[in-house]
Amino acid sequence: MKPVLTPEKAVENIKDGASVMVGGFMSCGNPFTLIDALINKGSKNLTLITSDTGYPEVGVGRLICQNRVEKLVASHIGTNPESGRKMNSGEMKVTLVPQGTLAERIRAKGAGLGGALTPTGIGTDVERGKQKLSIEGKDYLLELPLGADFALIKAAVCDTYGNCFLPMSAKNSAVVMAMAADYVIVEADKIVEPGGLDPEKVTIPGVFISAIVKAVLPASNLRLK
Amino acid sequence: MDQKELKRIRIVKRIAQEFPDGAIVNLGIGLPTQVADYLPKDKTILLHSENGFIGLGPKAAKGSEIPCLVNAGGQPVTIVPGGCFFDSFTSFSIIRGGHVDYTVLGGLEVDEDGNLANYMIPGKMVPGMGGAMDLVVGAKNVIVSMEHLTKNGEPKILKKCSLPLTAKGEVDLIVTDMAFIRVTKKGLVLEEIAEDTTVEEVITNTDAKLHVAEKLGRF
Repeated sequence: MKPVLTPEKAVENIKDGASVMVGGFMSCGNPFTLIDALINKGSKNLTLITSDTGYPEVGVGRLICQNRVEKLVASHIGTNPESGRKMNSGEMKVTLVPQGTLAERIRAKGAGLGGALTPTGIGTDVERGKQKLSIEGKDYLLELPLGADFALIKAAVCDTYGNCFLPMSAKNSAVVMAMAADYVIVEADKIVEPGGLDPEKVTIPGVFISAIVKAVLPASNLRLK
Repeated sequence: MDQKELKRIRIVKRIAQEFPDGAIVNLGIGLPTQVADYLPKDKTILLHSENGFIGLGPKAAKGSEIPCLVNAGGQPVTIVPGGCFFDSFTSFSIIRGGHVDYTVLGGLEVDEDGNLANYMIPGKMVPGMGGAMDLVVGAKNVIVSMEHLTKNGEPKILKKCSLPLTAKGEVDLIVTDMAFIRVTKKGLVLEEIAEDTTVEEVITNTDAKLHVAEKLGRF
């Protein structure tokens, strides 16, 4: 059984300066309740690892705009002007990673691999400082595993063993992130007893989950004003 | 409809004719997205959305948006019958593994060697590459859709790209409002020109060397 905690309690151990993965893609699949708890707690100097920084006032984008992030690892920041501004001014250190490479690096960590060999980025600025290997006549970049202290993800349904169902296009980066962080908190719209979630519908096996929180903010990809 | 919009429609209409029945296609944000509006009705073409599904349908009608069903631009959309959902890791395995038949992307610059620059202008626009680098490397066919000239009237098809590359030597086809150009081992081959232009005009407005196909088409 995994502990079911209040949002405040769940994020209590996320110290300033911690590395935090946040699931979602353009705010779809962001754990809004957990992000809110992190902001209310006053967390700062975080290393944020996320697919993109979404929009200024929604979900993961709030962490950027409210100055909680010291280092950012993401694939796209174009829809949140504040991310670009902070990068250019030097307020925030930003590492841009191709999206598929980001997924592979995180998966490598979670899967116990020493890295991933990818053709993505060959012949571009992305290859700078990286080891290049030729396998069967084709060049690949060695991309190293990427883990984090915490991962915050969102599920529609979670049972108390931690098994999660993530609907439709909200699965995105949460699946690999759940594998790669030391402590994984899932925020669920609905929490059920074991047996309440069809094993066939499990998107993320409970083995990866550390704690469960009941969502109090609605899952919405729509830009909240 | 203004002249500029008509020219953009010409580009996406021509690209929509390229896909064979059964193709899996990924359309980038912006101009490429409009290709979806002109796909031939007599073919089954499934669209891949890199945030996690195949079978991308039209935008969701107002009032019936589903928060967890969005396209790669974050807009509420629909999924067509026969579609399927997956996570990012699977999605980029599909992309990099060569299981996407065509990707259509915008371009800032393309050159004679099939190099593409479309993800940043140093000091001006640094949005991040998102999934573009994976798509250009992984898709079986890479189509660049763009206007032939910049806003200032400068050629975008160059001898050599000057902006940071998205990928090296991966472009297969360039479709603009003036020309349909194939990237081959011997260089760029002008296969078709738009109905309101001439070969001379295309060559004048292209920095790269163009080989004119023996049988030149019109679109």
